[in-house]
Amino acid sequence: MPEQNPLSYRAAFNLIIKRDLKIAFRHSDDIVNPLLFFIIVVTLFPLGIGPESTTLARIAPGIIWVAALLSTLLSLDRLFKSDHGDGSLEQMLLSPHPVFILVLAKIIAHWLVTGLPLIFIAPLLAVLLHLNENSYGALMLTLALGTPILSLLGAIGVALTVGIKKGGVLLSLLVLPLYIPVLIFATSAIDTAAMNLPYSGQLAIIAALFFGSLTLAPFAVSAALKVSTN
Amino acid sequence: MFEQLNTEIQAGDIVQVEGPNGAGKTSLLRILAGLSMPFEGKVLFKNQSITANREGFHQNLLYLGHLPGVKGEMTAQENLEFNLELHGLNKDDAEQTLEKVNLLGFEDALASHLSAGQHRRIALAKLWQSQAPIWILDEPFTAIDKLGVKKLEQLFVEHAAKGGCVILTTHQDLSLDPELVKKITLTYRFY
Repeated sequence: MPEQNPLSYRAAFNLIIKRDLKIAFRHSDDIVNPLLFFIIVVTLFPLGIGPESTTLARIAPGIIWVAALLSTLLSLDRLFKSDHGDGSLEQMLLSPHPVFILVLAKIIAHWLVTGLPLIFIAPLLAVLLHLNENSYGALMLTLALGTPILSLLGAIGVALTVGIKKGGVLLSLLVLPLYIPVLIFATSAIDTAAMNLPYSGQLAIIAALFFGSLTLAPFAVSAALKVSTN
Repeated sequence: MFEQLNTEIQAGDIVQVEGPNGAGKTSLLRILAGLSMPFEGKVLFKNQSITANREGFHQNLLYLGHLPGVKGEMTAQENLEFNLELHGLNKDDAEQTLEKVNLLGFEDALASHLSAGQHRRIALAKLWQSQAPIWILDEPFTAIDKLGVKKLEQLFVEHAAKGGCVILTTHQDLSLDPELVKKITLTYRFY
């Protein structure tokens, strides 16, 4: 029998990204729901607290980041659940490619449809919250570095709970504590920027978290998926 | 479930795993494919543990489980093309392959609009292009009509003649020459 000619790693990576983006755009709830959730949560705060600009400006970084955490959490479920439900996850695990490459592609596709839109919409919502004008750069930078971490760490939680019928609560219990460092350093960076002080320290820590999770999370996810499908 | 199962499957074999519901047929096939780990014992491929050389083994393997792995958001053709590409096969012949499983005319229909039998056909279509010698098929005939079953059986014989092997479970009697088919019978045991 002739040997198969397996795809190069890069081709396999691109194949999965293209497929996941195609599915996400045809099933547009996946993109719209988390984004809508984010917008609604952030716009509710001025209504509940009152339009006082000093109060709002004080809590704006926290509101935006907490809303970003929760909307990511809301979208995580789709990452592996539907593939597990219809058997395509099995096929991916049995394909002749290292699982972490396929997993990384799925996580990046997830971030492109859920994390990236947040970065663009967040500055507009920050205007509603009277965010200090010095903080916009910090807000964008922390979101750009931080939202991929949310997708990467979240993927570990989803991979562990994918075999469980009602894993939603367990998923939040597993994942939210892991998000806390990102939340602390991101809001601290934005606050520091508001005082016109350098915030590169906080940003460096977030960047370290990003590269740490980028390199390690795919391995953890593939190990967790193997356990979950066993 | 089963214990002390020791068998060697060679090129050219068609193996039917038999047994009542709950005897462990699916578990056995998942262990053979490397999806599940056996509690005891090991699976060897070319005298090498399948976990030691996972990618090498999976290059030689085609596994179809209970679930067809078909995405409702993609069309029949896109599903097949993805399956072929993921396994390193040429996707250009996807349309002709769909014709072989009687799905011509449905290639641009979203899979969510197709029936369970058609989903299974999309999943099975890649058998016609597969170069992998080992086929592990869990209930491949579920929801397939009689003519389709005939075609598949014929394909299994051709595959075995080319030096491949087929391991399958089914509750239907295969209409193949009994000499061609090896059987592994699992029994259900109460504890």
